[in-house]
Amino acid sequence: MSPKTLYDKIWDAHVAHEAEDGTCLLYIDRHLVHEVTSPQAFEGLRMAGRKVHAPDKTIAVPDHNVPTTLDRAKGIENEESRIQVEALDRNAKEFGVHYYPVDDIRQGIVHIVGPEQGWTLPGMTVVCGDSHTATHGAFGALAHGIGTSEVEHVLATQTLIQKKSKNMKVEITGKLKPGVTAKDVTLAVIGATGTAGGTGYVIEYCGEVIRNMSMEGRMTVCNMAIEGGARAGLIAPDETTFEYVKGRPHAPKGAQWEAALNWWKTLYTDEGAHFDKVVTLKGEDIEPVVTWGTSPEDVLPITGVVPNPEDFTGGKVEAARRSIEYMGLTPGQKLTDIEIDTVFIGSCTNGRIEDLRAVAEVVKGKKIKDGMRAMIVPGSGLVRAQAEEEGLAEIFEAAGFEWRLAGCSMCLAMNPDQLAPGERCAATSNRNFEGRQGYKGRTHLVSPAMAAAAALTGRLTDVRELI
Amino acid sequence: MEKFQKLHGIAAPMPLVNIDTDMIIPKVFLKSIQRTGFGKHLFDEMRYNRDGTEIEDFVLNKPQYRNAEILIAGDNFGCGSSREHAPWAIADFGIKCIVSTSFADIFFNNSFKNGILPIVLPQEQVDILMADAEKGANARMTVDLEAQEITTSDGVVITFDVDPFKKHCLLNGLDDIGLTMEKADAIKTFEEQASQARPWV
Repeated sequence: MSPKTLYDKIWDAHVAHEAEDGTCLLYIDRHLVHEVTSPQAFEGLRMAGRKVHAPDKTIAVPDHNVPTTLDRAKGIENEESRIQVEALDRNAKEFGVHYYPVDDIRQGIVHIVGPEQGWTLPGMTVVCGDSHTATHGAFGALAHGIGTSEVEHVLATQTLIQKKSKNMKVEITGKLKPGVTAKDVTLAVIGATGTAGGTGYVIEYCGEVIRNMSMEGRMTVCNMAIEGGARAGLIAPDETTFEYVKGRPHAPKGAQWEAALNWWKTLYTDEGAHFDKVVTLKGEDIEPVVTWGTSPEDVLPITGVVPNPEDFTGGKVEAARRSIEYMGLTPGQKLTDIEIDTVFIGSCTNGRIEDLRAVAEVVKGKKIKDGMRAMIVPGSGLVRAQAEEEGLAEIFEAAGFEWRLAGCSMCLAMNPDQLAPGERCAATSNRNFEGRQGYKGRTHLVSPAMAAAAALTGRLTDVRELI
Repeated sequence: MEKFQKLHGIAAPMPLVNIDTDMIIPKVFLKSIQRTGFGKHLFDEMRYNRDGTEIEDFVLNKPQYRNAEILIAGDNFGCGSSREHAPWAIADFGIKCIVSTSFADIFFNNSFKNGILPIVLPQEQVDILMADAEKGANARMTVDLEAQEITTSDGVVITFDVDPFKKHCLLNGLDDIGLTMEKADAIKTFEEQASQARPWV
């Protein structure tokens, strides 16, 4: 038998039907649902008189529109947001899918809740009407975002019409230097490949740096595979994965656990398997990074300067000019001279417990800069509870951070957490697009430790100076 | 779904690279629970001032492009989120075909589900179409899906590739779910085998 990649193995285990032209029906093991991309899909089912094919494999949670202030029990003020969340409440009940409503402590960002509850397991196919579904690839699950028509298709048939992508290997060798985190790794990869570099591929991340990473770090890396254009990112499961999964509410137990483990241990890329594209980065070469522009590929080490548009070629010259103007920067300006108004720590990229611990390490016993607006939004109610138990919340509040309830918050500003025009934010989220965090808002993507450093000094800062 | 067969219309040039889904339809408009009515918000932040007046030099506000049905765009069109509101807004505006050197994967798939034909061409050919689009409203191009050909206003013919299954669905306006449900037996068989092999799922 010819050697297979991890992607080949998971793909082969899920093809329910293959047409002559290679178009497949891929069976979906877990379908995650949130309130923004699902109402039209449920409505479509209703109008066609269709049911959800596998409600026990469908998990819904509201996250995008949910307010994160402590008074959210009083309800959602914005009428459209409220209607969207209420539609999910109703649809979850009517169609009988698993549901974590706003007032459930397990509620949170869908990509944090899925792994936390043990819904996401190695070797699965996972989809969600959300591009950051790539996160679940950290478990060696084939996970990707889909549109609303596809959400309806999966609800109705538990399958997706797909053609196989190409295989790409991203290897990160060696070790990371102090102060360099999973977020820096994933941004550095996008900086190297570009936002379209992964288009048409499923990426497998591997190498010593990935092996040494926690599950939280691996989720951060895979989360941004979509920002590199890839359909999905994958990491082969290992002892770190099994340790994380074991004992979670929906993880297999007893004899089933042993059977699952036996299969999961076969989920790796065989020696000699073919990759269509290979990218290698040395861990030692990766610095703490920030984005200067309005595309996640606009990445530079914090020690760098704002580039000159003329340094680029082709369509990127005009795009860089537009970005620099939008961001209110000057070519040649030192990145560490950029002053920050707001710090946002949270999102499906960096809203997990390890991220919060990294922030606490930097800010413990210190105060954020006067006038700085800084918020920490845990990825789920359970992350929040754990941070309180570990004493992190006290550190944050003593330093001057707002300590919020779980949700997508300012990552995309569909809820009350938004930037004002011209407001500049160091954010641990995943997109620095124009207007992403609020109309004319300016976003610099960074790691949690770097965001914490910026909160203390009031400008983009090399966290290594503070640790 | 509406059929796409042959289109003869105005093409608008948008050479900017990395046009993302937040540009196409900002998140403030994602709160609707309907599929319709997004066209007036297409490219909202590029198209309108905050007071609702139009930004004159935005391409779709120029008189010659207000009725564009084709978009010739820079690399990596549609990158970003999975929001199908992006193709809903594009279709609702009246654009039925987009040409670029590359598209983001999810956007590309979403387009086909909404009667929009995304066409990938090499840079040199996109350049030819971009130049043709820049001529304005008198320069109409023809996109023939059956023949897989684009004809510029001055008669240059460019052929393109399209996935045969997606082509079939677009030409006939077919609903994916109905087609998949015809394979219910295969899905059932798969489920029986999978629940034996991986009962923990």
